[in-house]
Amino acid sequence: MSSVSEVRPRRRIPSEQDLQSGLPAYDMLEIARPVDTKPEGCLLEAKQLFKAYRKNRHEVPVLKGCDFQARAGEMTAILGQSGSGKSTLLHLLGTLDAPDAGEIYFGGERIDNLSRRRRDQFRNSKLGMIFQFYHLLPEVTAFQNVLLPMMIQEGFWGYVRKRKQIHERSRCLLERVGLSHRLHHRPRELSGGEMQRAAIARALVASPALLLADEPTGNLDRATGNQILQLLRELNHESKLTIVMVTHDEQIAQRCDATIRLADGRIQAEG
Amino acid sequence: MYRWLLCWRYLRTRYIALASVVSVMLGVATLIIVNSVMDGFTTEMQERMHGILSDVVIETHSANGMPNHPVFEEKIRKIAGDDLVGLTTVVHVPAMVAIDHRGENITRQINLIGIDMDSYADVSDFSKYLLHPENREQISFALRESGYAPDREQFPESGWVHRRRMAQFKKRMREMQRQLELEQERNTRLREEIDQAAQAAVSGHGLVSAPAAEPSEELAADHGLAFPETPEQFASPVASESTTDALADTDGPSVNALATRPEDVARVFDAEQEQHAGIVLGISIGSTRYRNEVGDVTDYYYVQPGDDVQVTFPSAGSMPTALNEYFTVVDFYESKMSEYDATFAFVDIGVLQQFRGMQDAVSSIQLKLREGADLNAVRDRLRAEFPPEMMLQVNTWRDLQGALLAAVQMETTILNILLFLIIAVAGFGILATFFMIVVEKTKDIGILKSLGASGAGVASIFLGYGVLLGAFGAGVGAVAGLVFVANINSIAGALEAVTGQEVFDPTVYYFETIPTIVHPAMVVWVTLGAIMIAVMASVLPSIRAARMHPVEALRYE
Ligand SMILES: Nc1ncnc2c1ncn2[C@@H]1O[C@H](COP(=O)(O)OP(=O)(O)O)[C@@H](O)[C@H]1O
Ligand SMILES: [Mg+2]
Repeated sequence: MSSVSEVRPRRRIPSEQDLQSGLPAYDMLEIARPVDTKPEGCLLEAKQLFKAYRKNRHEVPVLKGCDFQARAGEMTAILGQSGSGKSTLLHLLGTLDAPDAGEIYFGGERIDNLSRRRRDQFRNSKLGMIFQFYHLLPEVTAFQNVLLPMMIQEGFWGYVRKRKQIHERSRCLLERVGLSHRLHHRPRELSGGEMQRAAIARALVASPALLLADEPTGNLDRATGNQILQLLRELNHESKLTIVMVTHDEQIAQRCDATIRLADGRIQAEG
Repeated sequence: MYRWLLCWRYLRTRYIALASVVSVMLGVATLIIVNSVMDGFTTEMQERMHGILSDVVIETHSANGMPNHPVFEEKIRKIAGDDLVGLTTVVHVPAMVAIDHRGENITRQINLIGIDMDSYADVSDFSKYLLHPENREQISFALRESGYAPDREQFPESGWVHRRRMAQFKKRMREMQRQLELEQERNTRLREEIDQAAQAAVSGHGLVSAPAAEPSEELAADHGLAFPETPEQFASPVASESTTDALADTDGPSVNALATRPEDVARVFDAEQEQHAGIVLGISIGSTRYRNEVGDVTDYYYVQPGDDVQVTFPSAGSMPTALNEYFTVVDFYESKMSEYDATFAFVDIGVLQQFRGMQDAVSSIQLKLREGADLNAVRDRLRAEFPPEMMLQVNTWRDLQGALLAAVQMETTILNILLFLIIAVAGFGILATFFMIVVEKTKDIGILKSLGASGAGVASIFLGYGVLLGAFGAGVGAVAGLVFVANINSIAGALEAVTGQEVFDPTVYYFETIPTIVHPAMVVWVTLGAIMIAVMASVLPSIRAARMHPVEALRYE
């Protein structure tokens, strides 16, 4: 845990509550928004998910009755071979795609059958997502990338009104992930690790309760990957941020609180 | 907010998209230029036509005209009421003018119009188009001393100065010719006498010597009629008792023309001192416009104020006969409407009535209505008063030029449609470019959706992009078009200098410069139309972006 103190600048990050109440920002424990976790601390739960892709009348079943649970404040790893359907499952959990059958609950509320509008809102404010290929917008700076979710959330006038706080929070978050010196660089001027840090800051700017990560270290060398993992770990510890991380790497999975193995479209065993 | 940010970013980083609006730009610019020039031409033309034709014309089909026109005038005044500001009567007949130029006759078909000097100016811009500055003030059919067209350098010295010079020249020529002929006459007579003497000698009779002397005496006395083909001599029967005093007398010509008393017949018309009835010729009748060796536009005058022309026109009555009369050109008329300039010739109405033997009958009554009066309403009221069986036709100037105005209108409409099609084609260019941009931005769209952006939000990025591009293209096009229109004449000049090709040929158009009128509403409509097309072209790609599945978009590498 020695590297923790290295990357941790002690600055307060204004949370969503700050933005709304206008109260002075408190400690960065408040990165994540506390959510009601009804069935004994279970934040995210999926029951009997089925998903198949249709390709030229050929049905390719990927998930065949997959169950899933992630406990609040824990870091859960989804482990599986390439092509086993991990990303598919994560997209379903993040409401980017709808399952053919099955149910998904977030904080006790069903989310897979929400209206398109509600799902957009859910992704925007309750959920942060990071990806293997970072998926930053190439046209705008790291800082502007981090601003995006708030811009989407607030609309034009809301953004204009809260501009100062939003900028302050974004800057603090970028500082927290260790990118204070790269605020106004475009993604292509950043290294892979830096891009992933920017992506993490962007995922957290709207104070979500849940972070979904799809092989966040898959495109990074081991050392950088470890730094990213370390960062996620810290965020999880500090603010009880629930993290669901997809990986095919056993070593990484071991550093998580819980591991779920995905094979043949089903959960195999829990560790 | 992100929409504006990204829209702006895409605009800044994709200058190639600007290429797709170049055609919008050009289309808008062309539309504005074409419309301004067409409007300029049409307005100029209409103004001239309107000015020349007066507002409402009541015309008779009868060749003898309407003898009872004072009654009609009374009625018209009553019907038109306050709307009427001017009324004049006109006689017009088809005619032919013959111009003597270096011994050759140039004949032109004309429209001979008899006008009332005092009231004609009330209804028509006629005098505005005359060349002599004093005639512009108050038209007179008396020849002016000189000073025609002071604003053009090329115009030859005209008026009495020219007339006297020509008359003296002709007189000298005639004298020389007469000498020559007398000589010849003497020779022939001598020969005849010799022949007769020889015959007499042969036959033995000596009676013929006395009568042979007579012809020579006759010829000497009758010198005034020696060459009937010269205008002055031929016209002398019509010429009057007018003397040098008539020069100062403005209504002299009409008096001249009417005087046909028998005792005048013998009088010799002195071209140096007298004029025939005055005629104002359309400038194209008496001149031709060409390009000299240097390439400048030059007018060549076959006839000029001060010269005489012969006009042939029908008499009134049931069996019209051709009348031949001499007139003295007293001015040119240049309305710059080539049709009018090539056919109109004006004389005093009294002179024409007298020549044609139609007493004071007139062919038409022309009305000038007050500014803003409803011409069609007045026309309809008059039509109700003068039914067809009276053989009277009531028309507004627009009715008279209806075919031409409609043709111009049609032309403008077709041009507008064609040019708008160009912008529509540009719209397809934008469509294609936008589709490519949407495909290129597939990943970004997926990212935005994963961050919670709605389909509508994503679509509005591309729609806004289209609006901005369209507005940019249309705006630049509009400015370019307006700048072009403002400098159209210098641009035409520059093009001429570069290509050596006349862009705007004054020998054809009679305008020195290209007339333009910019209607702000037209500019606004064209610009808005172009923006609309750009927006419509970006709708399809935007919908595609909105429908894009976020997962598909994110998997896209
Ligand atoms: N859009 C799609 N159309 C058809 N097949 C797909 C599609 N997306 C994923 N698949 C298939 O589904 C399976 C699971 O994919 P994915 O969830 O990306 O696996 P992982 O992330 O575990 O590597 C793979 O066999 C893949 O080929
Ligand atoms: Mg995957």
